[in-house]
Amino acid sequence: MEMREPAPAAATRGHILIDDVVKVYDPEGAAVMAVDHCSLEIEPGEICMIVGPSGCGKTTLLNAIAGFHEITSGRILLDGELLCSSELPKAQPGPDRIVVFQNGALFPWKTNLENVIFGPVMQGRLQRGEAIDRGRAMMADAGLAGVEHNYPGEVSSGMRRRVEIVRALMNDPKVLLLDEPYRALDSLTKSVMHEALLEIYYKNKVTIFFITHDLEEAIFLGHRVAIMTTRPCKPKKLLTVDIPHPRDYSVLTSRRFRELMEETNEAVHEEALKAFQAGEKEG
Amino acid sequence: MQATVGKLLTNRVLWRGAVSIVLFLVLWELGSRSKLWMAHDLFTPLRELLGAVGLKKDYLPWVGAVPAPSAVFAAWLGVIDEAGYWQSWYMSFQRVLGGFAAAMAVGIPFGLMLAVSRTAHGIGFPVFEVLRPIPPLAWVPASIIFWPTQELAIMFITFLGAFYTIVINVVGGARSIDLRYFQAAQSMGASKWDMFKRIVLPGTLPSIVVGSAVGMGITWEVVVAAEMISGGGSQMGGAGGGLGFFIWNSYVGGSYEQIVVGMISIGIAGYISSELLRSLGRHATPWLRVR
Repeated sequence: MEMREPAPAAATRGHILIDDVVKVYDPEGAAVMAVDHCSLEIEPGEICMIVGPSGCGKTTLLNAIAGFHEITSGRILLDGELLCSSELPKAQPGPDRIVVFQNGALFPWKTNLENVIFGPVMQGRLQRGEAIDRGRAMMADAGLAGVEHNYPGEVSSGMRRRVEIVRALMNDPKVLLLDEPYRALDSLTKSVMHEALLEIYYKNKVTIFFITHDLEEAIFLGHRVAIMTTRPCKPKKLLTVDIPHPRDYSVLTSRRFRELMEETNEAVHEEALKAFQAGEKEG
Repeated sequence: MQATVGKLLTNRVLWRGAVSIVLFLVLWELGSRSKLWMAHDLFTPLRELLGAVGLKKDYLPWVGAVPAPSAVFAAWLGVIDEAGYWQSWYMSFQRVLGGFAAAMAVGIPFGLMLAVSRTAHGIGFPVFEVLRPIPPLAWVPASIIFWPTQELAIMFITFLGAFYTIVINVVGGARSIDLRYFQAAQSMGASKWDMFKRIVLPGTLPSIVVGSAVGMGITWEVVVAAEMISGGGSQMGGAGGGLGFFIWNSYVGGSYEQIVVGMISIGIAGYISSELLRSLGRHATPWLRVR
């Protein structure tokens, strides 16, 4: 086993244990196994990248952690607390695990600032006024000063993603669950977003569970990269990225980055080919 | 700079609108005076052609029989200072707004209930779907019989006109709200009631606006027909029976110019109500203005 890069010292919470999780869709009829005895442990404050072809079942795993979908067997723990198991198949969604969705889920009828303060106000953790102050500060920190009173539909898709990440962080979550958040962005915007995400991350150490099918993105951002098999989904290869954080875009042209890409590319390609032959649908 | 550009643009739109209306009026005037100019020898082949297909030879079909805009305008000037004409406007507006307001007041909660509760949907929807295909005008006789006053009967017909459209739009709108919004809200600690108030209501608002705009149009369609059939509140002795009755009365009295005056009045009244509704809708859904 390679030496794992230590997770940032600040983070003491957000430990995820995925233990032998199985998810079978429609157990009565034509059973489709989406997740097959999948085990994965994620350290507090770690950025763990989940890479696999579209439709491989990685979103199913994310939904199980978030509490949107049930699992069939196995268990998932967050900081030692049981989220779900075969006795309790569906976790309760909560502000400790916030999802940033693939196509974004900012409420279009609320301004960016109203979106950002939604969580703390709903939970009654902050008064509206306090939430506004905190939201403004966090937005400014993320380079979003000036668009507080715009609607999400009025700003670029890159900005919308950032607003959504700020909205997620306002809940003071233990884990951020990102489901291919940059999939719809062009590659130039994407590179800006990656650095912006890291910048936000360095200021707010949370565990990040990040789903993508982009290997370059995975290696650039992650402490570890879990390459998943295509449906049913389980880790095929775990890669520890020994490039030290903080990182910036010069990493992409470094020799170590290229080596890691080469080392993993084949595994990813193999699964993509399998998924293609199986005719998996996007999403 | 931007203001000037904006002004120019509106001007251009205004100009196009003016040209369109003037052109329409000119063609209409020419058409309805076709008896005059078609008498010229130049149009002999056209007259022969009309005769050959079995139409009247000496004027253009349909439009040649319609009163000219100048005559209609003259007729309008004739009624403009009559209290009865404005009373017709007032009556029709009252019926439309009454029925429409009732349709909103009943239709929006009913639609929301059908959308959020499976039980309510199971109980309410089948009956709704059986009643929906019945055209509002088919309700006229029953409505006259079952409501104590003519006024309520007509208002009920206009209510039906808007009600179904509003309900269908509310149900469709509420059901098409993206699941992710609910998931996100739930993760952030929103209760069931919060989700109804902060996701379902605003998420359905655009469909409510669309549904009421369409419903308003139908309301004008049915109020006129209802007034014609029911005699426009005959206790008023004909005068002030609404614009539909105004048209019917002009027809019975043989004043063709006034028929057209009534028709155009309805067009304008409908346009005013839709425009009012649209601007209200824009205010209610500011986030849609920015696309």
